[in-house]
Amino acid sequence: MDWIESAAAEWYPLPIRRLADLPTPVDAYDPKRRQYQSVELMRMLDQSRPSDASRILGVTEVDLSIPMLSFLFGQAQLDGPVALISLCRLRQEFYGLPGEDKVLRERTVKEALHELGHTFGLVHCKEPECVMSLATHVEFVDTKQEQYCTRCGLQLVERFASPEEEV
Amino acid sequence: MKKNWPILVVDDEEVMCESMAAWLREDGYLVDTAQNGQRALDQAKATDYAICFVDLKMPGGMDGIETMMEIHRIRPEASVIIITAYATVDTAIQAMKEGAQEYIVKPCNPQEISMLVSRILKLKKLQSENAILRKKLTRQYRQHDIITKNPRMQEILALTQDIASLRSTVLIRGESGTGKELVARAIHYSGSRADKPFITVSCAALTETLLESELFGYEKGAFTGANGQAKGKFEVANGGTIFLDEIGDISPKLQADLLRVLQERRFYRVGGTQEVEVDARVIAATNKNLPEEVRQGKFREDLYYRLNVIEIQLPPLRERREDIPLLAEHFVHRISSELGREIGGISGSALKVLMAHDWPGNVRELENVIERAIVTCRNGTLDEQDFSWLQRTPAAAQGWEVPDVSLGELERRAIVAALERKGGNVKEASAALGIDRSTLYDKLKRYEISH
Repeated sequence: MDWIESAAAEWYPLPIRRLADLPTPVDAYDPKRRQYQSVELMRMLDQSRPSDASRILGVTEVDLSIPMLSFLFGQAQLDGPVALISLCRLRQEFYGLPGEDKVLRERTVKEALHELGHTFGLVHCKEPECVMSLATHVEFVDTKQEQYCTRCGLQLVERFASPEEEV
Repeated sequence: MKKNWPILVVDDEEVMCESMAAWLREDGYLVDTAQNGQRALDQAKATDYAICFVDLKMPGGMDGIETMMEIHRIRPEASVIIITAYATVDTAIQAMKEGAQEYIVKPCNPQEISMLVSRILKLKKLQSENAILRKKLTRQYRQHDIITKNPRMQEILALTQDIASLRSTVLIRGESGTGKELVARAIHYSGSRADKPFITVSCAALTETLLESELFGYEKGAFTGANGQAKGKFEVANGGTIFLDEIGDISPKLQADLLRVLQERRFYRVGGTQEVEVDARVIAATNKNLPEEVRQGKFREDLYYRLNVIEIQLPPLRERREDIPLLAEHFVHRISSELGREIGGISGSALKVLMAHDWPGNVRELENVIERAIVTCRNGTLDEQDFSWLQRTPAAAQGWEVPDVSLGELERRAIVAALERKGGNVKEASAALGIDRSTLYDKLKRYEISH
């Protein structure tokens, strides 16, 4: 959480607050797929969002999916208040490798910046090194930099004309 | 937003619709959802969806295949992707037979969908470009693309129909950009030669020797580099029409050669000894005052009369101002669609600016001006401010009054101004003034102008 906070603070000139842990909703579990429905977790996050917070980012350990897709690294409402990332498939252990803190830190920061970017209106970027590029494999996450490209970065700057608060 | 390619997701499960829509929106697409077939059809009537994801099994009402067929009835161009959790070969085959573009089984890998969508949209983009190009080609050949409500232009259009199937030579006169080639094409494509070639030669663009081999072709060894026999434009146009643009610029030798072709309908290739017979209708065009060129001995009188069997004089745009709004709307519609910009039209105040302009470059200038305005326009309508750069030109031109001085003084001032514009370059200044370099030197001496 510290990694995400410091990375977000670098890009978003908004106050950041950490909320207490929330229980993972049992209803979200799909026993057939042995995954959690991302939509349910997003709904819970939206309900838990404090009234003074313009954005809420959830971080979970569980494996996420939606009915159409076999997995998700994260999800966000485009230009909306809710974003969610899962650490499950960002961990080396998921792929049968020994855990590496540095790798997990980099991937987590990238996914957090990516989903937060969506909540501030950014769509997928064609620049593979931009954190907003679409990653459908963990290798693609590793290709990205922990930063927005100039074009996406400028769009964010334009957004911050009015003060907002982010959690 | 990739607004040009809206996507519809149809599934009876709200979670499926919303999560899929959210995922596609992150990619920048405009996505709508519908939870049953009927709702999907209502939405397809209102929006031209590029892709529709349709779930195969939807309880109650229409199933996926029925929905797909109905969508295709409303939007034949839409690509339907059938989604199913029941992966059987039978349903896949049926869906494809009924016109589904693809068939996917949920849940699938995110990369699979991402690649599928981008592949379909790439194809759609190519199809749309292809359609624009086809339209562009047909448009060039159709006579009604000359847009006018001007009585003189309408008389000319009627004349092009009357003379379309004749063999007589036509001379089209008019300032640059008045549409001389468009009229020539209208004549060709309205007549009996329409299915034969229409060949354009810009006479001013080439040197005498190049133009000669361009028109008449050459034999092997006719000159250095002539490694084989080549057909000239006259031969290529056989049975059809040859359009000789800027005919006023051809050299005396070519004038003589051309006269012979017009009289005898035969010629020699460059370096050739065998005569080639040709049946090509000649339509010539010029922005020069040919009778004046004849009077000055620069253009052969006999050739002039050969070319001028039927003469068409196109009016400049400033003499058919009533056509400016029509043409402007036409260009806005055409160019915005070619450039993929959503421009609804031109505001009244912008039209006033266009009406006030003198259009020295005529319809071509208007077309270019509209294109520039569309490229820089920030709203959905071209407004006065989109043409602000244009306003300076007519103001300067209209503000010019003939000074109360002698003709000699007027000439002296014109020479000084031309030299200033061309940075003291006598060759360029003489070209701009339309006189020989030696004449300009004489005048510099006479008016004691130092440069």
